[in-house]
This record gives sequence, C-alpha cells and structure tokens, in this order.
Amino acid sequence: MATRQTQLLARSLLTPAVGLLFIWMIVPLALTLYFSTLHYSLLDPGSEAFVGLENFRYFLSDPAFLASLQNTLVLVGSVLALTILLGIPLALLMDQPVIGRNMVRLMVIAPFFVMPTVSALVWKNLLMHPVSGLFAWLAQLFHLTPIDWFNDVPLFAVILIVAWQWLPFATLILLTALQSLDEEQKEAAEMDGASAVSTFIYITLPHLARPITVVILIETIFLLTVFAEIFVTTGGGPGLQTTNIAFLIYSQALIQFDVGTASAGGLVAVVIANIVAFFLVRIVGRNLEA
Amino acid sequence: MARMATTRRVVISTAAAWLFGFLIFFPILWMVLASFKTELEAFAIPPSFLFFHWTTENYATVQERSDYFHHAMNSIIIAGGSTLIALLIAIPAAWSMAFSPTRRTKDILLWMLSTKMMPPVGVLVPIYLIYKSFGLLDSRIGLVFILCLGNLPIVIWMLFTYFKEIPRDILEAARMDGATVGRELVYVLTPMAIPGLASTLLLNLILAWNEAFWTLNLSTSNAAPLTTFIASYSSPEGLFWAKLSAASTLAIAPILVLGWFSQKQLVRGLTFGAVK
Repeated sequence: MATRQTQLLARSLLTPAVGLLFIWMIVPLALTLYFSTLHYSLLDPGSEAFVGLENFRYFLSDPAFLASLQNTLVLVGSVLALTILLGIPLALLMDQPVIGRNMVRLMVIAPFFVMPTVSALVWKNLLMHPVSGLFAWLAQLFHLTPIDWFNDVPLFAVILIVAWQWLPFATLILLTALQSLDEEQKEAAEMDGASAVSTFIYITLPHLARPITVVILIETIFLLTVFAEIFVTTGGGPGLQTTNIAFLIYSQALIQFDVGTASAGGLVAVVIANIVAFFLVRIVGRNLEA
Repeated sequence: MARMATTRRVVISTAAAWLFGFLIFFPILWMVLASFKTELEAFAIPPSFLFFHWTTENYATVQERSDYFHHAMNSIIIAGGSTLIALLIAIPAAWSMAFSPTRRTKDILLWMLSTKMMPPVGVLVPIYLIYKSFGLLDSRIGLVFILCLGNLPIVIWMLFTYFKEIPRDILEAARMDGATVGRELVYVLTPMAIPGLASTLLLNLILAWNEAFWTLNLSTSNAAPLTTFIASYSSPEGLFWAKLSAASTLAIAPILVLGWFSQKQLVRGLTFGAVK
C-alpha cells in the first residue's frame, strides 16, 4: 500500500544518501575539471592562469603517460589472467570432495584480508629479497642465481604480489558459482558418456561465463588504481618501470605539486574507468530485473 | 547412478587442495613465524622454519618504539566510525528503496554503483586541496568522512539486497495491526535484518581497515592508521624484519578473524549481488 504519505517518507529517507553521494561525485569532479584547465602549481602560488587544454596536451604527450598507460594495461591484464587461470582450477579442486574443505577455504581466502601495505612489504622483504629472502634461498638450493626481483623484473614482482591478493576473490566467486551448478546436469552428461573434459567445456565453462565476467569487471575497477603496493615497494621505479597511471598522477600532484597536469591526468583516469564501469553496470542492471 | 566419491578421488583432491591452500597461505604464515624470531634469525640464510629461538620481544619493542597502539586506535576509530556513519545513512535509504520502490529506484541504485567506479586518483587533487584548506589533512575526522563516502554505495547495495529478501507480507500484517512506520522499523524489520546488517558491518569494517589509498595520501602521523604505519617500515630496508612482521601480524590479525567469519557474504557484497 503505497500511500502518498509513505511515498513522501520513503523519499525523505532516501534523500540524505543520494544528496551526499551526489555532492561526493560532483564537487571533486567539477574541481578536477576546473583545475585541469589552469596552469596551477603549488610551488608557484598566485600564478594560476587559464590555459585551456594545454594540460591535457602536456599530460598525454608526456612519454611518462604512454609508459604508465602501458604498465597499467600490463598490470591489469596479467593479474586478471593469473587470477582467472589459477582461480578456475583452484575452484574446481575445492568443489571436489575434500576433507576439511572449510579449513582450506580459510587458507585460500586469507590473502584478501591482508592490508595492501603489509602484503607488499612481506613479499618484498621476507620472500623476494635478493639475498635474504626465501625465494633467494630456494634458488640457491637448486643452484640457480637468485633473482633480484625489484631490479630485474620490477613490474612482474608487483604483478605477483597483486595477483596473490586477488586470487582468493576470483576463486571464491568461481567456487560460489560452481556450487550453484545443477549437479543433475553433470550426472546426465556423465550417463550419456561425456568425458570429464567435455563436461567441463560444454557444461561447467558456460556456467562460469557470467561469474568470470563479473570477476574481470570488478577486478579491473580495483586494479586500474593499484597504488599502495607500488608506493611501498618500488615507488614507481626503477625509472618508470612500475609507474601506473594512478601512481603517475599521485607523483605529479603530491611530489611535483603540478595541480593542473595532475588534474588532467585524473580526468583521463576517470574516462578509462568509466569505459569499464559501463559494462559492469549493464550486467548488474540486467540482474536487477530478475 | 549417483556420482560416487571414491576413496582414491577423495584422497587425491584432499591432498591437492591442502597443498595449494597451504601455498597460498604460506606468506602469511612465514610472516607470523618471522615475528617470533630475533632480528638476526629473521634474515638468516638458510632460514629456520620452526627450530629457532622463539621470542616475543618484537611485540614489546614495536609498541615501545613506534607507539603501535596509537595507530591501532586510529584504525579502529577510522574504520569503525566510517562504517557506523555509513550504516546510519544507508539503512533508511536501502529500507526506502527495498520497500517503497519507484520507477526510478533501479536507476538510483545503478547510479550509486557508478559513483564507486570513480577512481579515487581522479579526485585526489581537489580532495587534497580541500582538506588542506580546511585543516583536515592528517585528521581522523577527515579520513572517517572520506572512507564513509567511499564505501557508502557498497553499504547501500548490500543492505538493499538483504532487505529485499524480507517477505513483504510480514510488513503488511504489521501495518494491518496498526503498527506505525517507526514501530515497524524497530520491532519487525530490525530483528529480521540483523544478519544482513551484521555482514554488511563486517565487510565494510574490513574494507575500511585495509583501505590504503586515502589513508596513505591524507595521513602522515597523528591520524595515521595501521596501513600508513606499516608503510613507514618500507624505508629502513632489511634491518627490522622481525619487528615489521610483528607489527604486521598485529595489524592483520583482528581483521583476518573477522574476514573468516564474513567470507561467504564477501562474494555477495563485493559483486553487488551479481553472483549469488
């Protein structure tokens, strides 16, 4: 019974949330837009002047932008590939009859709850340190030369850390989806003589298509702005080798104090994220109908 | 024919699952072990796995030298405060959308979701400057505010999906019996919503506790929560592994326990109901 009164009440209950989110979205974004058209350096206060699209031209033509765009794409793509390609077999394995499955679940999910600064430092020092890290010791055990992770393959090192953090998320979502798969369908396929491989390809994988899409979209949203892991391990270096877009904007704003360029970069990041968000919102929206 | 789980299959899958689970968990275990070593043993090669001189002195030194509890308290205030305020704003909104939906409800929900998609780095500059001019840099209230807004869409979405599952007939019945909206909220809805509220609370505590973009950029010492505090260990490289491990263990232990309790809701909450 939606009377006029309850409708009014419903609206007034909704208003604070909508209002706050609206301000939260509009004000900083409008300011970013405004700053992006200014020559505005915190080192040179009082010299603000309108420069049109100059900041965008500068940001987009800066070789650092192309390098960091490439790093961002490699980082996002590799972490997605690692988490999904490892997450599918891991979820399939955990869907098997396993004794103590809940304990295994707890071990697998754990990295997701570790704060990014902790996981980055633990990997950097305890595992990946070229002399005293565990990996170096393992390499010596097999008479290999230990890898100096953050000098020789810095981006790959960051990718490994971030993938370790997100593997639990992918696995858990895929496992949840697997558990909702109709067991009878698989049994029927087996009775018809389907091999395990073709059951996987024709029944399991199509069932996983949607959760995989969701994993890709949500991870992409978060991975586009990976920051803490780079901040505490490499600081974007050596050179620009581990600088992604988020870190580039951060360093332009808070290290070089170039507000104008950083704002232009911020808008570029917003545009990139929106392309991903567009698809995610459509998928979630379709789900709302049901 | 039901698919029989043969003993062989159970043994193999159990062994494999435990092996991979252990490998994934290992970095955390290794950190916890290192926190009980002396500094020398922590980076000794070859490493000792269990047979070292167990000590708890690192835990004591971490507190003495770096005021650990100050930062832990900041984390509690920032994560707890932002989550509670977000709940206070979100409960009425989610309640309203779940029980008095209008034509625009779906659009509003999707719009809220889209605000979460905005990369924080896109608004870093204005937020930093606004905070600077209002003296909010390195203040707990500033971090509470920003983490609250950042997580508000997730809170609303989670509550909305939980509220929607509460059968509406019960509300109708309460209304027929003359319950006012206020009483309906307190006596009918709240008890039924408590499981949903609890898991929303847990998940958002975890997200806020681990948030490491705004906390790193907007706090330095006074308001620094554990994320920023741990990051300060990145500079004196190699010398304080055992202490770093002790501080890290303390920083993640409470949230790991909470996380283990809320892992099933995690999927639902973080996928906005797209995977159930």
